[in-house]
Amino acid sequence: MTAQKNSRYGMVIDLDACTGCGACMVACAVENNIPPAPESANERTGITWMRVYKVLNGKSFPDTQAVFVPMMCQQCEHHTPCISVCPQKAVELDEESGIVAQIPVRCLGCRYCMTACPYHARYFNWWDPVWPKGMEQTLNPDVAPRMRGVVEKCNFCHGRLQAAKAKAAAEGRIEIRPEEYQPACSDACPTNAIVFGDLNDEQSEVSRMAHQKDSFRLLETLGSEPKVYFQSERPWVHHIAEQDFASPEKETVHG
Amino acid sequence: MDKQYIIRGVQRSSFRKFIAWMIPWAGLLIFGVYAIYLCLAKGLNQTNMDNRFAFGVWIFLDLTVIALGAGAFFTGFLLYILKKKELHAVINSAVVIGFICYSGAVGVLMVDVGQPLRAWFTFWHPNVHSMLTEVTFCITCYLTVLAIEYVPVILKNRKLREIPSMLVFEHELHKLVFVLAAVGTFLSFFHQGSLGGLYGVLRGRPFAFREGIAIWPSTFFLFILSAAAVGPSFILLTTWLVSKISKKRLVKKNVLMLLGKISGALLIVYVLLKTIDTLVWINSTSPAVGFPAYEFYSRKPFGTWILFTEIVVFGLLPALVLLSGRMRAHVGLLVTAAAFACTGVALNRFVMTIQTLALPTLPFDPFLSYMPSWQEVGAFLAVIAYGVLVYSLSFRYLVLFPQERELSNG
Repeated sequence: MTAQKNSRYGMVIDLDACTGCGACMVACAVENNIPPAPESANERTGITWMRVYKVLNGKSFPDTQAVFVPMMCQQCEHHTPCISVCPQKAVELDEESGIVAQIPVRCLGCRYCMTACPYHARYFNWWDPVWPKGMEQTLNPDVAPRMRGVVEKCNFCHGRLQAAKAKAAAEGRIEIRPEEYQPACSDACPTNAIVFGDLNDEQSEVSRMAHQKDSFRLLETLGSEPKVYFQSERPWVHHIAEQDFASPEKETVHG
Repeated sequence: MDKQYIIRGVQRSSFRKFIAWMIPWAGLLIFGVYAIYLCLAKGLNQTNMDNRFAFGVWIFLDLTVIALGAGAFFTGFLLYILKKKELHAVINSAVVIGFICYSGAVGVLMVDVGQPLRAWFTFWHPNVHSMLTEVTFCITCYLTVLAIEYVPVILKNRKLREIPSMLVFEHELHKLVFVLAAVGTFLSFFHQGSLGGLYGVLRGRPFAFREGIAIWPSTFFLFILSAAAVGPSFILLTTWLVSKISKKRLVKKNVLMLLGKISGALLIVYVLLKTIDTLVWINSTSPAVGFPAYEFYSRKPFGTWILFTEIVVFGLLPALVLLSGRMRAHVGLLVTAAAFACTGVALNRFVMTIQTLALPTLPFDPFLSYMPSWQEVGAFLAVIAYGVLVYSLSFRYLVLFPQERELSNG
């Protein structure tokens, strides 16, 4: 029996393939027991672990182009901004998987981690989670719902990783097969724009794509080594990654 | 009606007048407590904070109040450690103000967190790398120190002094003031610094991120220095204000002038270091992570005017006034300069909290604004009302200004 090697789970999102359909957002919400937003919630108070931004190239018709950028926790690996700030160890980097884990039962709800996150990928439970009568039966038993007053975020569907590990263990295997663990968003994407896998596995599709010349990461200069890559053949989309702040009105954003 | 409780040798307003003063503040407190109740019972959806503006007016005002409350530790340090005997005239008032500021800030923080009942987790499972852990430990310890320092002030009440055991207790506690002053100074240095460090360590927020020495970003040292600089100014300002409201001479002019001089001397050093820090940040720290600093100021309304106002109008200007013996001798100028210095530190805390959060980091994310809800404002008004009530009671029944008796008889 050999020791299991550590994984570095990551993603490559093909922005040229993403149609902005939002299936990933819905799949994410269903998988992770995200409650329906109350009526008074808005785009800044609602919980969407996965949020698709629509960004325009700023040119008028007929040269207008749009790109849809799915944003979730970028699973920073180095100087992870949210980990060091949490006063009570409610955020941890899992060495085995490389996933930045949020532990809601330890969370004080101080929201310092939200302040620290450059990707605005953390969400606070401003309300008590409430499911309409009957809808609670759709809850995923592998994921604990969170209470009011705590922070949550994407964890690459950690519940699915646990389930895959349990299945492998039951079959006497130490390692899980790549196809056994896919987050809900990549499963649901109708254009296969989201490719997920182990970045440490050189044979994996995700590792190969991450090293292609069209791949980039957002806010790379911050040095936090995010594990979510984006890909596009369009040069103006690459400018997004270069933090072109010079004309902030240039792109139109739709959350 | 309450004459037997009022200290001998000083004049206080009639009990009826005192109650008339207290009622509106009590009303404000009740209103604020209702706002707090709503936030605790219904949740923080009662505020206008959101996932982007995760910190709001509470954190900004908490940081300001804690900086202004630094007058307590710094006056104690100057009096008991550096032996500036003149400051004995304001030390009791400084302790009460410090206690009010810190207890009020801690109270609001308990409403601000989503799960206040888990506050003890920080002590039980501390993340020693977090600046917030250091802040939590130090503020809790220092509030305890302030409470202990407040006790001898209370025990000096005329009625309580009639109880022999209380006299002995007060005497014994008084022996500890030097130790408490030293402990308070140590704790205050750390939490004032860590409050600055809260922002300085934010690598993901290049507007706030600063390089530093070892684990401490430059904001750690700047917050200590700015708090120490404006603490005496706030004591000066409140002493003047209480004197005006009560229509009594409370301290000799030289005490106010000394507070102003100390404030000015520290403020000029702070302004110098803040300027150097800003230049380093503009030319090195921020561009190094891909964010040219000038772009932060292209987002209206936060133009470069805010930087100029903070450093020059509310920094350099009051520092020069407070350092000039001639201008310090003019009470109007002295008080105005102290008020400017206090406004400067408030503006600094505003910039670090609100401007930091308003600025997007993702290039396609918009600049956002935030306006606090009435519940947020109400909760903070409760702290103001609580402060006025506690201070008013202390002023009426305790010896906050030992020189008052001499000055009123003279």
